Amino acid sequence: MLLVDGGARPGGQYWRHGPEPADPRSRHRLRHGWPTFQRLVRRAESAGAALLARHHVQTVVADKAGWLVDCLVGDEPSASAVGTAIRARRLVLATGAYDRQLPFPGWDLPGVMAGGGVQALLKAHGVLAGRRVVVAGTGPFLLPVAAGLVAAGARVPLVAEANSPLHLAHYPGALAASGPKLREALSYAVWLTRGHTAYRRRHTVIRALGTDRLQAVQVARLDRHGRVCPGTIRTVHCDVLAVGWGFTPQLDLANQLGCAGTVGADGNLVVAVDRVQATSVPGVWAAGEVTGIGGADLAVIEGSIAGRAAAQAPVPRSLIRRRARLRRFADALNAAFPVPAFLLDDLPGEVLACRCEEVPVRAVREAVSELGATDARTVKLLTRTGMGWCQGRVCGFAVAAATARACGRPVSEADLRAMADRPLAVPSTLGRLQGGEPPSH
Amino acid sequence: MITFDGVETPCRAGWTIGAALTAAGVRSWRTTRRAGRPRGLFCGIGVCFDCLVTVNGRPSMRACLTEARPGDVVSTQDGTGHGDRAC
Repeated sequence: MLLVDGGARPGGQYWRHGPEPADPRSRHRLRHGWPTFQRLVRRAESAGAALLARHHVQTVVADKAGWLVDCLVGDEPSASAVGTAIRARRLVLATGAYDRQLPFPGWDLPGVMAGGGVQALLKAHGVLAGRRVVVAGTGPFLLPVAAGLVAAGARVPLVAEANSPLHLAHYPGALAASGPKLREALSYAVWLTRGHTAYRRRHTVIRALGTDRLQAVQVARLDRHGRVCPGTIRTVHCDVLAVGWGFTPQLDLANQLGCAGTVGADGNLVVAVDRVQATSVPGVWAAGEVTGIGGADLAVIEGSIAGRAAAQAPVPRSLIRRRARLRRFADALNAAFPVPAFLLDDLPGEVLACRCEEVPVRAVREAVSELGATDARTVKLLTRTGMGWCQGRVCGFAVAAATARACGRPVSEADLRAMADRPLAVPSTLGRLQGGEPPSH
Repeated sequence: MITFDGVETPCRAGWTIGAALTAAGVRSWRTTRRAGRPRGLFCGIGVCFDCLVTVNGRPSMRACLTEARPGDVVSTQDGTGHGDRAC
């Protein structure tokens, strides 16, 4: 049993930690469910699982007896000369997720960061991304980002939540896991109160301001339809903006393997799995955020189910029931925190859609209106969106959405897949690709 | 201790280049290929490739993933970091 992990340590982004916390007092503020994590690590070790850390899977291909998992080894795998190939009979994919981003005016200014990146700096290194940080976007994740910053000594003048969390009460699923979650939300609220942080519902950042770095943001109220209310715009000074619109799964390996997908409740392309987390490809299971954004507790349950199924052990009904409950809660969260219309419809044409290739939103719209594109794949070919270093990881959702809107139809699975198929999950030099057989496990 | 564009920059064991630069108040360390716009950390977790920087003469290292080693020489990357080459 091998655990192939791209990180230096297990735990992914949620249980991300450095070798030693910079400030011992901060350890428990940032480490939610830490006893659970420690228990999981102990159980994996005692079960004889070997951890291959800093192993970034570049490709997974079918082999005679199962799969050949080709990895690059190191912190920065694209610069790595060390590779290794692993033969596996069965695979469990748990490739996680990352912050979902959407373009807005000024989003490419240094100082505008993903909430997850701000968290990573704090959790792994004890480093504050900035001294005066505005947190904006939508979804429950804004709270731990803001609370973590306040606890570490930053000033957080504002948390701008584009939706209204009170809407959660409309969804029966929300009650399914509400006890512990409510306590967690309240613990964040305490930090925000201590930090004199204003929490504004139905408010969002409509523009990031600055010449060569972020200096301030423009904040406005949104109406029920997610559009900017005129006359409500005000400026808030800050040196960092932590922004996020939910999360989106890392699908590289699932797509390489040909696992069937579907458009999930979160609007993302996700891997389709059955009751025991089996994908459409025999011998491959998937667990966690790749099957649909649902948070750490659900990911742990799905992992338990997938592990048992992959080991051909029975799956207790209690695990299936717990997963269903947590899935209903996740679905309620997704429905209550949608991406606001202002980000999808009202962007000025000069805003960058693709950061890597510096392609403006205008080019995407013109590909449809002037050049006859009817899907995201054609838009990508005509505009180069999604062809840069990040290979569509950042712009994929937005380009698919902008394309569909310009075509006057909903986003299709094909649109999302066009921006998410990557033959190489990790960039590599031509020299390495030309090289001989790497040593194998 | 590492240097950034010749300036000594404090660094703790285990920090990435990105963490060290951020702790020193540096927000950007490369310019884009087309418009020459400054970029630094964006996603912070190795997904976006905005944070590319030249380390010990090697361009396009993701600062958020690359662990800083004592004596590392970090420099601002213009475009590809390979002069006039396209990539």
